[in-house]
Amino acid sequence: MTNCISRWALWLAVLCSCGGALKAQSSSGDGEQGYITGNVQVTMQSYNADSLIGALVPPGKTGFNAFGNLIYTKGDFSAGLRYESYLNPLLGFPGRFHGTGIGYRFARYKKGQFDVTIGNFYEQFGSGMLLRAYEERNLGIDNALDGFRLIWRPVDGLVVKGLYGKQRMDFDSRLINGPGIVRAFDAELDVNTLITSLHDSKTRITLGGSFVSRFQAGSTLSVDTLVLEVPQNVGAWGYRANVQHKGFQASLEYVTKINDPNADNTYTYRRGEGVLIGAGWSTKGFGVTFSGKAVDNMSFRSDRNLLLFDLPINYIPAITKLHSYNLAATLYPYATVTQGEVGGSAEVFYTLERGSKLGGKYGTKIAAQWATSFSLDTTNLTGVEGAVYGYERNSWKPGSELYIRDVNIEISRKISKKWKVKYTYFHFDFNTLATPVTTAYKGIVKANVHVAEVAWRIKPKHSLRTEFQVLTTGIDEVTGGKQDRGDWATVLAEYTISPHWFFSFQDQYNYNTAEGESGLHYMYSSIGHIEGSNRIAVGYGKRREGIFCIGGVCRAVPASNGFELTFTSSF
Amino acid sequence: MQLPFVILKPHDMKHLTSPFVLGLLLSTMALFSADLHGQAIPDVQIKDLESRAVSTAQYITEAQGPVLICFWATWCSPCKRELNAYADYYREWQDLFGLELIAVSIDDPRSVSRVKPYVNAAGWDYSIWLDPNGEFKRAMQVINAPHTFLVDPATNEVIWQHNSYTDGDEDEVYEQLEILAGKHD
Repeated sequence: MTNCISRWALWLAVLCSCGGALKAQSSSGDGEQGYITGNVQVTMQSYNADSLIGALVPPGKTGFNAFGNLIYTKGDFSAGLRYESYLNPLLGFPGRFHGTGIGYRFARYKKGQFDVTIGNFYEQFGSGMLLRAYEERNLGIDNALDGFRLIWRPVDGLVVKGLYGKQRMDFDSRLINGPGIVRAFDAELDVNTLITSLHDSKTRITLGGSFVSRFQAGSTLSVDTLVLEVPQNVGAWGYRANVQHKGFQASLEYVTKINDPNADNTYTYRRGEGVLIGAGWSTKGFGVTFSGKAVDNMSFRSDRNLLLFDLPINYIPAITKLHSYNLAATLYPYATVTQGEVGGSAEVFYTLERGSKLGGKYGTKIAAQWATSFSLDTTNLTGVEGAVYGYERNSWKPGSELYIRDVNIEISRKISKKWKVKYTYFHFDFNTLATPVTTAYKGIVKANVHVAEVAWRIKPKHSLRTEFQVLTTGIDEVTGGKQDRGDWATVLAEYTISPHWFFSFQDQYNYNTAEGESGLHYMYSSIGHIEGSNRIAVGYGKRREGIFCIGGVCRAVPASNGFELTFTSSF
Repeated sequence: MQLPFVILKPHDMKHLTSPFVLGLLLSTMALFSADLHGQAIPDVQIKDLESRAVSTAQYITEAQGPVLICFWATWCSPCKRELNAYADYYREWQDLFGLELIAVSIDDPRSVSRVKPYVNAAGWDYSIWLDPNGEFKRAMQVINAPHTFLVDPATNEVIWQHNSYTDGDEDEVYEQLEILAGKHD
């Protein structure tokens, strides 16, 4: 502990002293002193046993996660660190996160065409299908790189990036990196900025290309009667283009990876490929967008032996959109099957004009989306070939297995200065074998969700917002009972006094269960105070087990019953 | 700013050999030499809705009036409620205070392609920036969206910020704009 605090203090000293030392060199204008910004996030939760909902009490009785960021900026120089505490980690977080210490630290200097980072950094090339180092702190996901990065802008319109680093894997009172080394290079060209005559063109074109390589020491694999060498250096590369013309936009990205036997592909030697295409058109009051995605064996990690959330180098976005209503968002959230899928989506946004017959006095907004994804069209190989390569892809057409079908429509309308209403409908055909979000049902769950939301501005600064949600599942053809965990209803009421106070109450009710058990209520209430950038909230009650998702990444969270205190602040 | 004056007694000197004390002393000295007030806008290279590169600090420096920076995402309901509420008053705020609102989307690669059609269909007249890997968000110390900053055009520093949105928060934005306008009269 003492060593840890010492390291923290030394880092702080180093970063601030570096800034001070650069004082004489910096010519850009923050004055003499530079400035410090930061934020703090604290979550404490107590746990009570509750056999009805399956809530357990960990040995420590409580969970405590805290993060403090500090960035010192002086002209072109900045340096920062993040202090983290898991004492013990909240349930649902990686259980191996322990202790308290520095989990992130960096120094960065920009001068002319060059931008250099030493230490930890996040990065994304294109859509991230080749490389994305990012953080979803509330899910415990952080694959930050730790090493050196150089960004070079030799001319306006051209950005070249090069980096070497290891990735954050774990935290035990200090940052612990994975074994692999990531080397990466990316170049992006903004054609309109580079070519003077195209500066004012209404057609804008961006082109890009990347190369990413992982080194991890390896030996040999025994497959059938063969002894195969594991590639220690795995290269992946890709190209991308984006075109915009007034309201029209189109994008294309292609990536590929050499053979990379790993735990995700059961140590086969297939090459990986991925394609992402998008097109859309929009004008004031109307927008439409289409996208298509195909991936085959594109899981890419800096440790070939790990799975799930550990050490991903790349990020394959899911074809469905991220839902925000609780039942739709947490019971059947879809995540990409990185080993292989083909999917597409179409979405339309439309605003009925204010003052029109259908639009009403304030206008009406409508959004509808269809998204689906299937397995790949493949043939399994047999014998030695099958053991080495696994399967052969016949085409980029969808295979026979449905992974997800998500159809939703949303209509929102402001009726008067005091009343707003919104109705949303979702239909899911969700394959729980492809995305294992539940252990209660294996197969395709058919679920329909209806949500009505009403907001009432009672008087200036006082508002009440309510949500009524119902989710029903289909009938299991074998048992004749309800699929998965049956039906759910949620009532949420949120009373707010702007800009400082909020009070909320929520009851989730699980009924018509497969076993025909009597319903279970999950009641939770909270109160919170907001003062500028400070927010403190206390909640108490039961929360069901489920899938908690942010930005397309999901983690299973166990059932819990108890108090929760959260505090966030930034300056 | 003057440093606090501390007299070290002889028996305290041995503690200076501890990395903790040494580090704390150095960092305190460095921190006291920095400015803890008036957060400036950090310089981050991101893109606007037309894929043009934007230098955040340079853009804010060149702004003619106060700037409201709102972090939002297409999947964030309170963020959309906030920006829809501001849309009803935006023209008035522009006329009265010369305000520019910049809506910074933190949609990641999964949903960033939805931003342009969503914004156009909603009829927002705001400047839109795209921050798909959260670089500007981290630099601005944003923890959760929505998070809103008001920047003083005279100093290019944040003079007010608010985390979360509840119906009626637009009244507070108006009050802050009035205060700012009064300050510069």
